[in-house]
Formats: sequence, C-alpha cells, structure tokens
Amino acid sequence: MVIGIVMSFKELTQFYIRDWGTAPWSGLSNYRVSVDFDAPVGQALLHSFFVTVAFTLLSVGLCWLIGTAAAVYMQDTFAGRGLLRALFLVPYALPVYAAVITWVFMFQHDNGLVNHVLHDQLHLTGKPSFWLIGDNSFYALLTVSVWKGWPFAFLIVMAGLQNIPRELYEAAALDGAGMWQQIRRITLPSLRPVNQVLVLVLFLWTFNDFNTPYVLFGKSAPEAADLISVHIYQASFVTWNFGTGSAMSVLLLLFLLVVTGVYLALTSRGRRTGDV
Amino acid sequence: MRSIRAAAVGAVTMSLALAASACGGGSSSGGGSNDSPKTLTYWASNQGASIAVDKKVLQPELDKFQKQTGIKVKLEVVPWSDLLNRILTATTSGQGPDVLNIGNTWSASLQATGALLPWDAKNFAKIGGRDRFVDSALGSTGAEGKDPAAVPLYSMAYALYYNKQIFADAGISKPPATWAELVADGKKIQAKGKSALGAEGSNLSENIHHVFVFAKQHGADFFTADGKADFTNDGVVTAVKQYVDLMAKDKVIPTGDAEYAQNQSVSDFAKGKQAMLLWQSAAANLKSQGMDASAYGIAPVPVQSGTPGTGTQVNSMVAGINLAVFKNSHNLDGATKFVKFMTSDEEQKILNTAYSSIPPVKAAQEDATFNSPSNAVLKDTLAKSAAALPQVADESQFETAVGTAVKDLFADAAAGRAITTDSVKSALEKAQQQMPAK
Repeated sequence: MVIGIVMSFKELTQFYIRDWGTAPWSGLSNYRVSVDFDAPVGQALLHSFFVTVAFTLLSVGLCWLIGTAAAVYMQDTFAGRGLLRALFLVPYALPVYAAVITWVFMFQHDNGLVNHVLHDQLHLTGKPSFWLIGDNSFYALLTVSVWKGWPFAFLIVMAGLQNIPRELYEAAALDGAGMWQQIRRITLPSLRPVNQVLVLVLFLWTFNDFNTPYVLFGKSAPEAADLISVHIYQASFVTWNFGTGSAMSVLLLLFLLVVTGVYLALTSRGRRTGDV
Repeated sequence: MRSIRAAAVGAVTMSLALAASACGGGSSSGGGSNDSPKTLTYWASNQGASIAVDKKVLQPELDKFQKQTGIKVKLEVVPWSDLLNRILTATTSGQGPDVLNIGNTWSASLQATGALLPWDAKNFAKIGGRDRFVDSALGSTGAEGKDPAAVPLYSMAYALYYNKQIFADAGISKPPATWAELVADGKKIQAKGKSALGAEGSNLSENIHHVFVFAKQHGADFFTADGKADFTNDGVVTAVKQYVDLMAKDKVIPTGDAEYAQNQSVSDFAKGKQAMLLWQSAAANLKSQGMDASAYGIAPVPVQSGTPGTGTQVNSMVAGINLAVFKNSHNLDGATKFVKFMTSDEEQKILNTAYSSIPPVKAAQEDATFNSPSNAVLKDTLAKSAAALPQVADESQFETAVGTAVKDLFADAAAGRAITTDSVKSALEKAQQQMPAK
C-alpha cells in the first residue's frame, strides 16, 4: 500500500519501470492531471467515475431488491423449494470468467442468444442491437453484474430471515396485518443490521469490480461502460503510466474510505435512534 | 458493539488498501551474468493456431539445441493477450525469462525500458553479423540511431485473401488492385448474398495496422519527424475515415464486424461466408480452420491507384516477431547462443515454414519453399511496399489511443451514426490528448 502511494508521487513511465526507485519525483502533478477536469485525462476520469456511480447504485439496488424478494418468497415451504434455492445460487457459484464469457457469446451481435430472442423471436427491436460496443454496453454490463450479484443478497437475506421469530408474523396476522404490512413492519426492520452490511459489501464489490467489465469488453471498454477499475488499469498498464494510475488508485481509495465512513456513521446513528 | 464496528471498519479499510496497492513492485537488481550456464527460459509468442501447436513446432527444435550445446531450454508459450503485460511485469520485477519473443512494433517501447540487451556490433558478431538480416525487418527492431533491442525472427506482411469460388460466382475475374475496385467488387459479391470484406473492428492492433497503411497511402504520418504525436493532420483524418467508411459509407464490411476482436473475421472467411480478408500470413491459420489452400487466392493489399511500391504506394506494415534477450538473464552467453541457433539458416527455414511466415534472414529466404506463389506475394510486399510502424517510445500508447478511437468510430458506424470528417477528427483529437505530454 505504501509502495502504491509512493508511486503516485513519481513520474513512473516506461523509461523508469525497470528500476522505479530512480524515477524522478513529480510532486503532486499526477494528482493534478487526474483531477484537472477541464483537461482530457481528468475529464475521462470524471466521466468514468459518474458511470461507475450510476452503475453501482443501479446494480446494488437491483441485486438487493431481487435478492430480498426471492428470499421472502422462499420463506414459505413448497414443493421444489430446495431445488429453486440451489438453482438461484448457481450464478454466484460459477467461476467469474466462465460465466462472463458465456454472456459475451450471448450478447454477440450476429449469433448471440440475446438478439435472437429480442429481435428474431419477439421482434422488439427494429434491427439487431449491439450489446458489447456503443451505448447499450451499459445495460449489458448491468445485466451481467446483477445476475452475478443478486444470489449473494439472496443468501444473506435468507439467513437473516431465519432469525425473525415466526410468532411475530402470527401475531401480526391475528391483528389483521396483510402481506405488505408484515413485510414493512416486521421483515424490513428486523433485517436492518443484515442489510447494513450487505449493502456496504455489495457496494464495495460492485464499485471495484474489474473482472466483469474486463472479460466483457477487453482492454478498452466502450465509453458508456467505462468503469473506474478498468479505466485505472488502462491508465497504468495499457498506456504504461504507472504514476498517474497509482494517483487515481489513491484517489479511489480515499473516496471509498469516505463513503464507507459516512455510510457506517449514518446507518449506525439511524439504528441507535431506532433502538430507543 | 462499538469495538466490533471499529474492527469492521478497520478490516474494510485494510482490504481496500491491499486491493488498491496490489500492483506494487520490487526494484530490479543490476545486470545479467552467467551464473546458470546450463538452463534457459524462453517465452515464445503464440504463432500457431493454438498454444499446443506452438509447443509441437518448437519442442523438437529446442531438443536439437540441447543436443548441440547441452543447454536445456524451458519453453513457455505466452498468449498475445498476456505477453506485453508479462514482459512489463518481468521488467519491473527483474524476474523474467532469458530469451523472449516480442511483437516487432513494441521494439522501441521496450527498448526505452532498458530491460533488453542491446544488439551492438559485438553482439551481432556473435550471431553472424547484422548483414545476415533483411533491411526491412531490421527497421522494426528499435528506435532509429540506437542499437537494436531485438533481432528479427519471423517476418510477415498483409495480403488480400480472396475466396476463388465466391469471386467466380460474382463474375469477378481478378482480385481488386485499388480500393475503388474492391468496393465495386464488394457490391457484386453482396448481390450474390455473401458478405464482401472482413474486419476486426474491436481489435486495437488490427485497427492500427490498417489505418497506418491508409495514412501512408495519403502521404501522412502519425508522428512528426521529431517524434511528436500528430494524429489530426488532414492526411491521417482522411485515412482513418476511408477505413471506417468501408463499413459506414461503402458498406462492404458488415456492421457486425464492429465488435469482432477474436479473429472471427478469419473464421467467417474460412467458412466461406465472406469473400475477402486483409490479413498477415494467414495460410497456417486458414488451414487449421479447415480451408484448403486451393480455395483461396492471395493478392497484394489494394492501393489508391497504380501498383504497390514505396511512399504513397505502401500497402502493408512490416509485421513480424523479434527475438530479444533479457538483460537480467543469468545465462547471457547461453541466451546469445540460443538466438544464434534460432536465426540460423536451417532453423529459419523450419520455423518459418511451420508458421507460414517469411524468414528475415537473407540466405533462408532464398529457399524454394518461400518462392511459392502465395509466399511470393508476401515476400514481394515485404521487399518492395511495406513500411515499419513508427519506431517511437510511445508506440504502445499510440496503438491503444488511436486503436480505441477507430474502434469507437466503428461502433458509431455500426449503430448507424454518420461518420464525418469532423467526427473522425474529434475522435483522433481525443486520442492525441491521451498521449504523454513531452
């Protein structure tokens, strides 16, 4: 970590990587380049940052929603519940690379399954769409990310639900509370501590996710899906400017620390007042 | 509760910190030596249809080398997607192979890192002298005026591969010699329900190789004489536009090719779905995909008008693989011996035949194998009308920046957006701004 921070203050290009101790100090210039939002590098970083924030919010929100809905639904016993539960966990259990490469095939323009269904069978689009290049790539990325992430939310929420005493629901039902009332008044408040950790973990994972966009799009992601992790990778490895790449990483680290701190402070204060 | 929370925050912080700094590196130690004279590690690039094919080709030769010298060579074939990163990691850590293959366009970039053994007159003398190699191949071994960072191993050139049957069906008697003819022939082919020309729109290197040649044909360069990026001059803009227009305006490249990056266009050609392919030394690749050599013809890549030559008549980059020695090697003498072995006339014939490339060694090139009609086109192109990609230290950044710009333009074209001189220029301007400031 210290090395990473030291590197961010150096002019570490290909001329110095062989012995990077000798790279000249560049002071804050790597940072200045990264946050100068009028210049192309800073602009691109800012753009990538916004894309990542939007992507993360949507992905975490959807993962949580689908995961919770599925977990609540699975609480009732019915035939085939075990099978469905196992099935739901498959995306989470598959190796990332194998799973995402399958999506790449499905998203292909000419022979992909997605276009086959949307265009050839359902005729929803006028002509086959591109999913791996251009603007649609954002939705492709979101789809894969949610598909990959929601089973984790499902698993955690399901575990959380086991701890809610059934008597609470029975009492509520006697008092005439409907399904929605029960979820709103009992399930969600009881899940609060679980959700606090779940959302944070999902947020950090999604924000930092490198494998999904890298396997989907390769070294240079389309602008619409230019996530910050790949962006930093490109800034350091592909253009061989490790100093600027490190500076961006340090900035990202600071941002995530701030978000995590604020989030924990807010949610735990909320809980303390809720406890009273 | 409070302490648990503090611990949780601490743990999260630590994991973030570790994740963010996971790409640290050690500094390398000094130069090479001859501490371990009995072994060598060799990183070969993936030249055959698969890594297994490469091992099959190379292993018998390495065994031969061991018999001659007693040096055991440990072979690792590194896929192209990883090779440059692996070399960079090796450079940073000082822990690398003794001998390695590099793409010849990386020569100047890697030369700038100082990780590769310079081939000065003394080192060249050990492998039989500089004169043994063809000039055009030597032109892609490092920045001008500096000792080469590597020696040429395999040479390749672009050619136009065309499906004879599809051409006959469309009533075309000879392959197109100019771009205008190519577009006209493309229309005839499309009328018969086949696709005309393939491209790898999302493959940055392919994009670079093509726009480089188009730029040459418009008398333009991507770098000024003193090595500064100059991506927005009129010639370059016209060149990039002409290449993307093959999809956008002329419509001879199918829009689906915009997302190709894994050589799908070669498969389309091998399967007989597509009539033409611009590729470097594709024979071995096509054969492995089941296309018989008699099914296709090979012609020079088209030019704007006239016939291929120098200057604006250039129709290929000097493509190829170079062999380099890692400066930190613990067996420098052995490594030099291995380079001598691999560039010997006999090995050159064996290896270049296996990979359907052209030997950069003059004597080996004379061999009858390389005078077949198909090889003659490649050999001719290399000798007369191929130009080396800019040998500047920023070459690999240039490939990424401009390659991405072309990829994005293809994506626009595929989505049906207009490709105009302005849109091309602004894409190139953005690419230029990403280049390191001088």
